[in-house]
Amino acid sequence: MVVGGWLFVNLRIFEKKNMTLVFHIAAIVAIVSTVLVITQTNAVHALLYLVVSLLSVAVIFFVLGAHFVAALEVIIYAGAIMVLFIFVVMMLNINTESSKKEEKLITPAMWVGPGILTLILLGEFIFVLASGSNQIFRTQEVTPKQVGLSLFNTYLIGVELAGMLLMAGIIGAYHLGKEKKKPAHRFFKGEAE
Amino acid sequence: MSAVPLETGLLLAIILFVIGLIGLLVRRNIIFMLMSIEIMLNAAGLAFVLGSARWIQADGQVMFIFILAMAAAEVSVGLALILRIYNTFKTLDSDSINEMKG
Repeated sequence: MVVGGWLFVNLRIFEKKNMTLVFHIAAIVAIVSTVLVITQTNAVHALLYLVVSLLSVAVIFFVLGAHFVAALEVIIYAGAIMVLFIFVVMMLNINTESSKKEEKLITPAMWVGPGILTLILLGEFIFVLASGSNQIFRTQEVTPKQVGLSLFNTYLIGVELAGMLLMAGIIGAYHLGKEKKKPAHRFFKGEAE
Repeated sequence: MSAVPLETGLLLAIILFVIGLIGLLVRRNIIFMLMSIEIMLNAAGLAFVLGSARWIQADGQVMFIFILAMAAAEVSVGLALILRIYNTFKTLDSDSINEMKG
């Protein structure tokens, strides 16, 4: 508790001095944890690393002055969507045996082709970015009020479309996840269909 | 508040996107492929929020909210499909699912 309080007080002084360092640390944590996500063989470990990655991106959002979006990232991405993933992994009975099977699926040679191609893409992006000046801007908070006004005025049709999309998602997930009814007796076999 | 270099932020978004893309191309387990898609969506959202912070406009954050809603819908349908595939084929290897007869 004492150490936590001491850290908190010091962080508040530190925060005023320099948030840029926080941005860089969070960026490094995000990259490392994301690399760990795609190299794990155990799905649960990968999911936990993904949660760490999402939380560090939330820290970056906070540094950028997008507090509302940072909260959404933690609540919806790291909370709801990851819980959905973890429940499905639990239903699939992932154990050490399947983890070993997974290890057989990925050989080191498989990383070469996609790795080279995507690294070429990354190199091109870096080239494009390097041609501009690395402009440093001072962040200013975009308040939730501004976001809400923009969301429900300019993008109102988008909100309605998102609602329809979520409805379609619910119905689709229900329809796909529904188990086929087994007839209580072979006598009723024709009726259940 | 704080000073953030714009190009470094964009670079982070692109690196995260590329890691997700590598994961999507290399992994054969469907759950990991879905996770890689999540990583890529999140990277795209990061780029939007960065733009929103740079020009102090709310539009980027609105787009992030739409991406969030889309990701939630996509994940729910994708996970239902994964459960269905596992029940039918007893495997998550996407290469062994080559007989989609419904």
